[in-house]
Amino acid sequence: MSLNFQLLAIAASAGLLLVVLELVRRRRFLERYALVWMGCALALLALAAWRPGLELVAAVLGIAYPPTALFLVAGGFVGLLLLHFSIAVSRLTDQTKVLAQRLALLEERQRQSEAPGVPAPAAYRPQAAAARPPGGERDQVGRGRER
Amino acid sequence: MSLGAPYSFSHLAVVPAYNEAATIGGVVRTLREHAPDFDVLVIDDGSTDGTQVVAESAGARVVRHPFNLGIGGAVQSGFSFALENGYDYMVQVDGDGQHDPGEINRLSEAMDEDPRLDMVCGSRFLTKDYKYPSPISRRTGIHVFAFLVSRIVGQQVSDPTSGFRLFNRRAIAVFARDYPHDYPEVEAVLMLHYHRLRMREVPVRMFVRGGGVSSISSGKSVYYMIKVLLAIFVGLVRARPVVEPGDEAPVAAAGGI
Repeated sequence: MSLNFQLLAIAASAGLLLVVLELVRRRRFLERYALVWMGCALALLALAAWRPGLELVAAVLGIAYPPTALFLVAGGFVGLLLLHFSIAVSRLTDQTKVLAQRLALLEERQRQSEAPGVPAPAAYRPQAAAARPPGGERDQVGRGRER
Repeated sequence: MSLGAPYSFSHLAVVPAYNEAATIGGVVRTLREHAPDFDVLVIDDGSTDGTQVVAESAGARVVRHPFNLGIGGAVQSGFSFALENGYDYMVQVDGDGQHDPGEINRLSEAMDEDPRLDMVCGSRFLTKDYKYPSPISRRTGIHVFAFLVSRIVGQQVSDPTSGFRLFNRRAIAVFARDYPHDYPEVEAVLMLHYHRLRMREVPVRMFVRGGGVSSISSGKSVYYMIKVLLAIFVGLVRARPVVEPGDEAPVAAAGGI
């Protein structure tokens, strides 16, 4: 493994680690999701910086050219992360579905209690809702964002 | 008009509708005329064509999803509504005019005949005198599902994709808790079997769609076949095909990797 390649690998994995840490610091990541990324960055950094370790991994796996082991480990982490995200997306899809259903049922119940037997107020109709945002809650949300 | 006095009946007709403004009014009116015992609930699954307004002016109650959840999510909202409002029976009728509301009483009669039944399905393949107008590819797919499902549940099921179904309170409770996402009908038959609930089929007629677009376009039918087959086989090997009360929540906000 040439020194240049080693330097590049160290720089790349250190950069990844810094980016992940910065994202966590700015609260762009939940720690839950950052952990896998940090594990990935740390493992790559360790293998890139510590030649004997990389050579040991390569020898155990029967890989003649040690840097290939680095790619293998990186590829393994990519697969793990993708799996992680598929699970997260599936869970979010389920949760979103349940929330949308609860919201729809509550809205219907509210409309019934406000004006039984009368069609929905204009604010609930899609066209009218787009043209004229209803007052109350939405105003508060708007003000909250401005602060 | 049952709108002013809700919950006066214990029968609910659920009509899932996505962009069915052209046909939903007629379906609701036919339901109220031919099935007067049934309160009519339209699930507007995030339509953009005014389905909600048309359905409400035809006299239905409408639950409107904030965005499109797919047929499974729409029907499940109907189960939740039926469960929470104490309905004893719920019939599912498509919003496109495929099903004949006049035949709901055939489903009800079958349910009344045998109180052990939890679900009664309308099957388009049990009548000899009526030829269901559908492309040969779709019919073949349905027959493949019918063969597999019949083998698994140990009972002849001729039309597992039919969406014309009557459920009792037990089935409503099961499906309000857990219902498949997309293309749910076949899986629902299997879930019923895993819950040791009983079903029966009765012959019904089905019409060509009155308007709108089927949830299964021809381009998607291959995907549909594969997805449902996967669901069938996953259901076979799944350790716990259905979530029982007290099980870990199928949707959990905390934890997870």
